[in-house]
Amino acid sequence: MAFDYEKYIRPGKLPHIWCPGCGHGIVMKGLIRAMDSLNLVKEETAIVSGIGCASRLPGYIDCCTLHTAHGRAAAFATGVKMAKPEMNVILVGGDGDGTAIGGNHFIHACRRNINMTYIILNNYIYGMTGGQFSPCTPTGHKASTTPYGNPDPGFDIAKLAIGAGASFVARGTAFHANQIDKLIAEAIQHKGFSVVEILDDCPTTYGRRNKYKSVIEMMNRLKEVAVPVKAAEKMTAEQLQGKVLTGVLHKVERPEYCEEYAKVIERAGGNK
Amino acid sequence: MSEEKKLPRIEIIEKYCKGCHICVEFCPTKVLEMKGFVASVKDLEKCIKCMQCELRCPDFAIKVHAE
Repeated sequence: MAFDYEKYIRPGKLPHIWCPGCGHGIVMKGLIRAMDSLNLVKEETAIVSGIGCASRLPGYIDCCTLHTAHGRAAAFATGVKMAKPEMNVILVGGDGDGTAIGGNHFIHACRRNINMTYIILNNYIYGMTGGQFSPCTPTGHKASTTPYGNPDPGFDIAKLAIGAGASFVARGTAFHANQIDKLIAEAIQHKGFSVVEILDDCPTTYGRRNKYKSVIEMMNRLKEVAVPVKAAEKMTAEQLQGKVLTGVLHKVERPEYCEEYAKVIERAGGNK
Repeated sequence: MSEEKKLPRIEIIEKYCKGCHICVEFCPTKVLEMKGFVASVKDLEKCIKCMQCELRCPDFAIKVHAE
């Protein structure tokens, strides 16, 4: 039977603003399926975003949503979570929003291990503002501000999150659409700061500058570069050259920030 | 054929479709085609109800109603 996405979408909000072939819609569907599988109550779920194409996502979903300043989603979400620790807090943002402008908030949210889920839609570029290169644009690739090729190496968001201390890190792609909801659902269930990076396509500002002829070619590229973690164990370093690992990359148990902070309040005699 | 094959109903919301070709290209049995700027059903008989089009459509424009 057809999945009833409308149950979680604000009436009259579709069609969305994303370009034809943009994978953000596929990720939004994955998030809705994940929310549905966990039976999240709309009133107890907050989706927080910054600015950018991906950050338009909460506007469509019918639950508590917060559209904040560029890169500041993690800061606002921390406030929501501290005030109401019982809420499910989900952050959504792009690669530029999360790792450049909000890079500082991102690494410190990872370090704190506050119980939230951060979904980063990595399309390798700043789409909304006109295709400027982001920290995730691969070396040599073109953007409106690097017309002769980007000299910088791109960030590996998953490694950055693991290094900064996130307790759950997973990666999926817009091509592997039926894996997205499972990764997001596992991330929401994990207690601690969870990062889910979804590799996405931006046909409008990234694809046409980098000789991708169509959306389909971009989707197939995601299919080619993605290697599941388990399959990668049997592969040599040479075979893994230029590939990206997908699936759950990191999962550890660490003290959670809200609980630790409650203990601080207790020690200071705040609950008397 | 002993039993008549039950065909699904593929609903395409034309108002939402942006013509990205994803459903047409990723349908394993090529049920869909582009009619102008929007997707449409070409050959419903071939449909195997794999739901790939519904799963992949970024624009919430396709629903496959199958039992």
